[in-house]
Amino acid sequence: MADRDTLPRPNYLLDGGTTLKRWLLTTDHKRVAWLYMVSITFFFLLGSAAALLMRLELLTPEGDLLTAEMYNRMFSLHGIIMVWFFLVPAIPATLGNFLIPLMIGAKDLAFPRLNLLSWYIYAFGAAFTVWATVAGGVDTGWTFYTPLSSMFANGNVSAAILGVFIVGFSSILTGINFIVTVHRMRAPGMTWFRLPLFVWANYATAIIMVLATPVLAITLLLVFVERAFGIGIFDPALGGDPLLFQHLFWFYSHPAVYIMILPGMGVVSELVACFARKRVFGYGLMAGSILAIAFLGFLVWGHHMFVSGQAAYAGLMFGLLSFLVAVPSAIKVFNWTATLFRGSIVLETGMLYALGFIGLFTIGGLTGLMLASMAIDVHVHDTYFVVAHFHYIMVGGMVMAYLGGLHFWWPKLTGRLYNEFWGRFSAVAIFVGFNLTFFPQFIMGYQGMPRRYHSYTPEYEPWHVLSSAGAVLLAIGYFLPLLNLGWSMLRGRAAGDNPWGATGLEWRTTSPPPPHNFRNPPVVQREAYDYGSDDAPVPDREMPR
Amino acid sequence: MSERPEALRFQFEDLDQQRAADEFGMWVFLLTEVLFFGALFLVYAVARWNHPEAFIDGSHLLNATLGTVNTAILLTSSLAIAVADLAVREDARRLARWMLSATLLLGLAFLAVKGYEYLLEYRHHRVPFLDRPFEWPGPDAREGRLFFNLYFAMTGLHALHLVVGCGLVCAMLWLNERSRLPARLTAQVRAAGLYWHFVDVVWVFLFPLLYLVR
Repeated sequence: MADRDTLPRPNYLLDGGTTLKRWLLTTDHKRVAWLYMVSITFFFLLGSAAALLMRLELLTPEGDLLTAEMYNRMFSLHGIIMVWFFLVPAIPATLGNFLIPLMIGAKDLAFPRLNLLSWYIYAFGAAFTVWATVAGGVDTGWTFYTPLSSMFANGNVSAAILGVFIVGFSSILTGINFIVTVHRMRAPGMTWFRLPLFVWANYATAIIMVLATPVLAITLLLVFVERAFGIGIFDPALGGDPLLFQHLFWFYSHPAVYIMILPGMGVVSELVACFARKRVFGYGLMAGSILAIAFLGFLVWGHHMFVSGQAAYAGLMFGLLSFLVAVPSAIKVFNWTATLFRGSIVLETGMLYALGFIGLFTIGGLTGLMLASMAIDVHVHDTYFVVAHFHYIMVGGMVMAYLGGLHFWWPKLTGRLYNEFWGRFSAVAIFVGFNLTFFPQFIMGYQGMPRRYHSYTPEYEPWHVLSSAGAVLLAIGYFLPLLNLGWSMLRGRAAGDNPWGATGLEWRTTSPPPPHNFRNPPVVQREAYDYGSDDAPVPDREMPR
Repeated sequence: MSERPEALRFQFEDLDQQRAADEFGMWVFLLTEVLFFGALFLVYAVARWNHPEAFIDGSHLLNATLGTVNTAILLTSSLAIAVADLAVREDARRLARWMLSATLLLGLAFLAVKGYEYLLEYRHHRVPFLDRPFEWPGPDAREGRLFFNLYFAMTGLHALHLVVGCGLVCAMLWLNERSRLPARLTAQVRAAGLYWHFVDVVWVFLFPLLYLVR
């Protein structure tokens, strides 16, 4: 590689100014991704702290560490922060922001200034949330159900609602930017069916963001005006319908579950193909099933409301439609498995995270089918069974995928390699810690332990002790990447341009990439995952055995 | 490589790509707006389904004449901004200035009429919130409150969008005087126009639902 030494290597981290001001006024999608990454890491730590306090309280059956009131505030804070300030932006706003223009061969997103604006809106909404927290928290749960939220709760509901309302616009702007970018900014030769599945996944996510988020926005706005001015819309005393709030809330929040999992599926497809060195099995079906999940996701919200008093026939239909989501989801799991089959598998850190994702997502998905059956749901509704189910999807799925993707693309983000041993160790620690935390919750939930209680009868104690022990291991597991990746930025070995030998345009530019991504505009001549071909890229460093 | 036009932003390859992206972006944004108002229309539909009598009585209490006047004003403003869009494309800046001014004035006129309606409702004790006294001639005063709550929420949100629209048209007026780059101005006026039309379309649904359907 003679030209690597002779030509200057512009680098988005250094060129374009390294002062704080240059970073806060940047419109480079790669730098905006960093702004998001730092912010969501902060909120992840805040949300985790609330969760740890809850797990400590639940170590004993008596309510001894937190009062019931305080416990309510903790799980509300945990939910609000983790859903809207971590999970929703987690992959799209960080890895998506960084990678989509690189993967499609563009210089930036279609609207770079809008991209920066979306981060400022996020920060503004986050300020309201921090304010609500510091001022004493909220006790409505993350769902803000009326009339509890509109008439009875006396925490800082208005501030929390405004925070969520505002942050919604940041994801809408990200969504618009991604949709337009994927439609209009693809490099010559980058046809729709040559797009990496990561781009497909973020594209589908963007559609959900644009279509579902405004519904949440108007719904929360109506609750806000009811609290602030007394303009009662859901107020049953005026003949308003509190159940309508739940319908509208879940019309957003169920598709939002797919905002929180589809990008993870995109990451895993990239990782599995690269570390098995094979084409993704059934590329067309993989892309199609991403779109199918996004579409079906809009038709299933009623499965959150089986015991709310909605009509039994409506429940039946919602249950049936929810089963349908399992079809494209299963296609994805089977196709990942088929991709692994007879591949040259390397158990790098990223691969360990991806394999963890597949296992945990499968458990989360199958228990989702149980919950979509009305007869079972009536039994386990509002128990720890539900808590365990959605944590398997959102934490076991999305957070695993986020960390896997972060490790995989870290050499591209920073130009540095992290310590491979500690990377693998963290993947295993998180996998074990996660299962230890949440698998007991399936069991105690099925036995009848209800969610959102700070004290419980002693028969559940062993399961709670296991779960709390797991939470400590999980917390340690989450700190390891923070240390390992942080250390690599200071001391890590320089990464080559393509340390994993991956296909994809992002690996064809330098690490870290120059400000406008490519020295020469790329032209695409082949499909996305041509690992089988003779001239497939080779790892730009020695692979560990 | 040929000279890059000055109006071309760095991330695009040519002006066609830039124009297509700008316009598409605005359409996707409007899609969001449709869902934003759409949920509110759904709330209205459910409330009306549950309490048809109260909503019919409430509709009689609104001033249909002023509503009709406002509809005419707003539709005319849409015509004006459509002409402005064509004028900017032909680089007829004087015509564009007149048409944008007309749009702005008509928009402000709408807001003035709407404000006057609110004032009348305030005087007649039809404001059911902020602890104001509320009078309702019919039997179901509680559902009447719900009707007026929805009326103020829906028309208020629409008026807020119109205020944003007026701000956009002001910006377009300023750009129309200052801009040296016709290609960029065309895209900007096109985006502002699309937004303005959208706000009109919302009113086209609000007007019959609130004032006319009895």
